[in-house]
Formats: sequence, structure tokens, C-alpha cells
Amino acid sequence: MINITTQIEGEYHIVSVVGDVDASSSIHLDEALTELAKDDLVKFILVDGTQLNYISSAGLGVFMSYIDDFKTKNIKMVIYGLSQKVLNVFQILGLDQLMTIVADKKEAKEKLHEIQS
Amino acid sequence: MISEKGLLRLTVLFAVLCWLSLVVADLFLLFAEISEANAGITKEIPQLLLSLYIIFVYFFFKIRIQKAESINFIDLLWHVFSTGLIVSLIQLAVSLFFYLLSDSKLMQNPLMVNFFYHINLGAVIIFLVSTFIVWKRLILYQKNKRLLVIWQIFEYSILASLLYSFFQSGSQQWLFNGLLGLFILYGLVLAFNVKWIAYLNFKQKWRSILLLALVILYLYYFINNLFGFSTEFNLVMDLLDNVFILSIAGFIFIYALISILVILFNLPTSSVFEQKIGEVLNFQRLSQSIQKGDSENQVYEVLLESSTNAVFSTSAWLEIYENDEPNEILKSNISDLKITQVRKSIQDSGIYSYLNKQKSSNFKKELNLNKLTTSLNDPDYGSVLVMPLIIQERQIGLLVVLKDVSDGFNTEMVNIISSFVNQACISIENFELLTEALKNERYREELKIASRVQKSLLPPSLISDKEFEMHAFYESADEVGGDYYDFFKTAEHKTAVIIGDVSGKGTSASFNMSQMKGVFHSLVQFDLDSKTFFTRANHALSHCLEKTSFITAAYYIINSQEKSISFSRAGHCPGLFYSNKDKKAEYFQNKGMGLAIVRNDSFEDFIDISQIHYSSGDILFLYTDGIIEAQNENQEEFGYDRLRHYLEQNNAKSTKEIQAGLIKYLYEFIGTENLEDDYTALIIRFL
Repeated sequence: MINITTQIEGEYHIVSVVGDVDASSSIHLDEALTELAKDDLVKFILVDGTQLNYISSAGLGVFMSYIDDFKTKNIKMVIYGLSQKVLNVFQILGLDQLMTIVADKKEAKEKLHEIQS
Repeated sequence: MISEKGLLRLTVLFAVLCWLSLVVADLFLLFAEISEANAGITKEIPQLLLSLYIIFVYFFFKIRIQKAESINFIDLLWHVFSTGLIVSLIQLAVSLFFYLLSDSKLMQNPLMVNFFYHINLGAVIIFLVSTFIVWKRLILYQKNKRLLVIWQIFEYSILASLLYSFFQSGSQQWLFNGLLGLFILYGLVLAFNVKWIAYLNFKQKWRSILLLALVILYLYYFINNLFGFSTEFNLVMDLLDNVFILSIAGFIFIYALISILVILFNLPTSSVFEQKIGEVLNFQRLSQSIQKGDSENQVYEVLLESSTNAVFSTSAWLEIYENDEPNEILKSNISDLKITQVRKSIQDSGIYSYLNKQKSSNFKKELNLNKLTTSLNDPDYGSVLVMPLIIQERQIGLLVVLKDVSDGFNTEMVNIISSFVNQACISIENFELLTEALKNERYREELKIASRVQKSLLPPSLISDKEFEMHAFYESADEVGGDYYDFFKTAEHKTAVIIGDVSGKGTSASFNMSQMKGVFHSLVQFDLDSKTFFTRANHALSHCLEKTSFITAAYYIINSQEKSISFSRAGHCPGLFYSNKDKKAEYFQNKGMGLAIVRNDSFEDFIDISQIHYSSGDILFLYTDGIIEAQNENQEEFGYDRLRHYLEQNNAKSTKEIQAGLIKYLYEFIGTENLEDDYTALIIRFL
């Protein structure tokens, strides 16, 4: 069960991921991120993980595969609001060292500008 | 019990005996009468013998005719005809005898006359009774309970009328006539049960008329003959006095006559009946053809043939679609050129556009059958019926039926063709489902093989060494999984152990798992430290794995000389180590990065290398995330703490017991044995 919505809030594109991202539902996450990667207007992506309950290795693979894409297109992405359980999964794999993961939306926005400057 | 054959023989024997006794008794009575002497026997004796003879003949035919299970009406009528023929020949022979000896004194002898009369009598009774039984079978064809009861009353009353002969006297003439009239009336009512006639085809009907007419002729001849005897000679026993014989004769005549009339009136419509029976048989062919292992094409052929026959069409063709395009055309009495011409006319009529409209809505709406037939502006054909073949909202074909007259298709015909088409579609759908099921079965077999091959990629589950004992457990959620463990002795005192998990699940994961095995066995030969091992493995796998795939792994080198373990973690769950001295289990806290996530040289910056020393009784517990992430029905994860506590409490057990106990604990926790993910556990206890 997954529900992914993309909202535009000023210069930020906010992707909220609600539910479980497993092998089959990770396709929807992939679609949402592809959409953003294609869009030249996208500069800042905030991934809202406050209601992300579970992420499988396939889901992590989706995030991982966009790291390089976003870097070359100069798109900044920050993930925020992950539960301790989900954050732990990112940490064990080492993805926290490659991606910016912060506690909340406010911090996320600050982080984005920090990266930019 | 006596067998049926034995019963038949017995009845024949008794019938013959009764007949002979009857002849002797009658002649004896006559002789006594002539010589005016007391015969010593009463008149009832011959009556009894006659009744017994009739009853035995009745039972003989009842057994013989009812034995034949399959009803072939013509055969039954033929049986009556042949019996009649034999009886007629006997009577003719007797008449001839009388004719030749008409002048001789012998014929004046009443004894002689009566003897010959008895021969006739026996033969006529055989004919009447056997015909009566045949009529019974015809009447009771497609019987119901009510008819059965009505018939039984008739049959038993007629048999009971045999008793009447014993009370015979002149004053009871009215009773005789009344009984006879009653039976004839009753027979008349029963005679209208002629359902069997509907099942005759045209030719059989003509034959039946002929045979039935012959039966009436026989009957006339026999009765006439008996009548002749009755008036010409003084008979000791006159059959025409017997109410049973007369009733049966009357009934046989009525039934034969009514049957002839009904058949005659049925003759003009018999082609319709044959048509209907043909349609039913075609239905059967359509529904059975697939089961017999025929191909779809045979169903199409049966459909085309049945449809053309059912509506007497002039021409027809059946387009078979593949991927929505006509792929093959089955033709019936039409040329390719003509098909092209007719198609144009159909195009003009608007049927195609109606069908296209239906097609764009995936045939969700019921087809309006009236819109599928129209008149044609064509020199050869006056009307056309176009019927699409649809399976699950998908058109698989198109049937076009043509007639040379305009308005050639009435509602009845459209319906029957529609039914044929539906039946054919069902047959073809069943065929497709069956084929698919077989294909799936084959895939399942392939998966089983893949599963077996993959299991063989993993080393045996139990390894013993001087320094440690190891036990492994592997269980995949699908046929094939993405978990991996392996070990290799790089030196006398050094063993490399790896545990890994490929991202994703199922087949794709298992392919990547086998790549990992290849990488492990290639690199392990070089006796690298764990960090270098992962750096090189990452390099190799970065070229092999697709963009979204990665592998997590942990690599441990056990050195029994130094009693140390040096290890690195490439994004895999941290290993759990139980210290026997501290009586505590703890997870390693080294940092790491999954393989093929960072696909460049910076990867090595993310990998740590650590070392610990072990002593006897310590346990190294390696696992994959399937165990940690196993959820119970409350969405609660098994988690790290439960695993740690379990190991602390069960450290004294053997590695196999630890593993078995953990799996039991895990299954109890999740409440089912349906795995969501692959589970791997590798337990190493140092000795």
C-alpha cells in the first residue's frame, strides 16, 4: 500500500511518501522521481517521509539510483521526517552518507539552501 | 434365480405344453361330444389351458422385447412385421391344406378341422400378444408416472379379462360387449401416446407407415380367417368368444391406425424436426470438439458447417482474428473475390460501423442481434447475417452468413446462429485456458529447477572446524531468493565468511546473488583484507548490476592462530557477537556502504575495517534483514532487541539448536509460516 503525491510549494517540490515502499510499490516512487528529474524547472526536492512506514531494499534502490541523476542535473534533494526504524534502514545501508536526511521540513529547507551556497 | 435365458426357455416349454394339452383336451371333449359319451372333464379345463397358454406367451414376449435396451422403433416394428409374416405363412399353409383337401372326407371330420383351427389359434395369439408388448414399449417411450399408472391399469385389466371366459354364458352377452367397448375406448385414449414418431426421420417415417399398414392387413386377414372358421365349422373353442383376444386385436388395430395417421400428418414437418435434432447434435459437437483434443481450427470448421446447415445459407465465411486483424478465412461456397465484393456491400449497410462502435466499448453492451442482419445490394445474395465471435471483451473472429433471398434470416435463425457462436467461443475459451494452464505448469517446473540450482549455490548448512562450529539456515519467500552466504578456507588457520542480501526479491535477486558468489570466489583466493575485498567487489559489481540494484554484505576473516576476527560491513545488518565472558551479546558498530551504490573510487572511504578477539564459548551470529524486519499481525517488527535477548538466553545450546529455536520463535512471533522475505542465519560458535 503506497500513496505518493507531489506538491509544489514555492521553489520546492514536495514528494510525500505514505505507506510501505516494497518491491512492487517502489515502481510508483520511481515514476514520481522520474517525473521530477525530467522537469527542468525542478531545483529543490523535499521528500516527506513522516508517514513512510516501511522501505524495502528495492525502495532504497530507487533513491540510490537518482543520486547521480540529480547531481548532474543540479537538483537538490533532502529527505525529512523519517521514523527511527526507517532511518535505521538508510543508515545500515550507508545511504545517509550519500543523501541529506534531516528531522523536519524546516530543517530540510534550511539544509537545501546550505547545500546551494 | 433363473437366468433370463432360462426363463425364456421355460416359458416356451410351458406355452408349448399348454398348447398341446389344450389341443388334446379340446379334441377329447369333441370326441366325447360326437360319441355322446361323458368326457370326464369340464369345459373349464380347456379355458384354463388357453389362459395359461396366453399368459406364458405374454411372459415370453414381455421378457424378450423389454430386454432390448436401446429402442430402435423401426426394429420394433420390423419385429411385429416378421412375426406377422410367419403367422400368415402358417395360416396360408393351413388354408392351402384345406383348399387341396376340400373334397376329401378328411375335411368333414370335425376333429381334423378343430385341430387345424388350434394351429391357427396358437399362431394368432403369438402375433397379438407380441404386438401388444411392442405397442406397450412405443406408448411408454418418454413415459411419466401418470402414463405408467394409466397403462398398468389397462394392461392388468386386459389380463384379468382372461378370467371372464370361465363365467361364459349366453345371458352375459351385454357384459361381453360392455367389457369389449370399455377396453377399446381405454385403448383409444392410450393410442394417442405417439411421442416416438417425432424421433423418426423422413425415411423412417415412410417405413413405419408401410410396416404399420402391413400390421393392419395381417390383423384383418387373421380375424377374417378366424371368422371364417367360426361360421363354417363347428368349433369346440371359438377365439372370437374371447374378450381378451378381441380387446387386444382392437387395441392393436386402433394404435396402428392412429400411428399411421399421426405419421402422415407429421411427414411435412419432419424436416423441421430433423433440423432441430441436427442443431442439438451440432451443439454437442461444438462443446465436445475441444475436449477430444482437437485444435481451435476444428471448432471453427464445426461452427461454419453447423451455421450454414442451420439456416440453409447459400454461402458463408468465417474470419479468424489474431491481434484484432483477420488472419485466416474459412470459406463455404464462396470465392475470395466474391468475399471482397460482399464486404463492400456490408460496409454500405452499416453493420461494420455498428460492430466497430461495439468494439470500441469492448463489447460491454449486449449486442442487438437485429442490427446484425440486413438486406444486400448484390446480384448473388439477398441478405446477410454478421456475427462477431467474442471472448472476454475481445473479438476473435467474425462469422458472415449469406442467403440468396432478401430477408432470409428470421429471429429464430439469428438466435440459433448466435447460440452456435457463443458455444464455439466457450469451447475456444476453454481451450485457451487449458493451454495457458499447461504453460503455467511448465513455468512452475522451470522455477522448481531454478530453485534447486540456486540452493546448490549455497554451501552445506553445517561445517565443523577445529576452532569453531558453524550452522546455517536459509529459507526463501519465493522459489528463488536473494540471500547469500558462503565461506572459504584461505589458509590453514584462516577462514573467510560472507553473508549477503541482494536488493529486490525473486528471480532478479537470485541472478544477482549468483554474481555475488562469482565475485566472492574470485576475490577470496587473493587472501585480501576485508576492506580491500569490498573495494574490489564494489568495482566489479558496479559494472554488473543494473542501476537500481545493490548488494549488502558483511565479510569476516576468522584467524584461529590469533583468535581474532577482522571484518567489514558493506551496508549489511551489523553482526551480533556474544561474549561468553561478559555474558552479553552486542551488535558491531562499524560503518559501511552497500555494494554498487557508490560506483566510483570514493567507495572505499565509506568502508571501515574492525578487529576483535574471541575466546571459547563466544558466538558470532550473522543474519539477513528478513529476520529483523519480520512483522507480526500488529505490524510490529521482530527487531534487533528480540534477537539479541534470544541469543543471550540460548548461548549454551548447540548452533543447530540455537538456529532451530530461533526459527520457531520467529514463526511464533509472526503467527504464520508464510514468509514475506528471505531468511538467512549463520551461527558460528568458537570452541
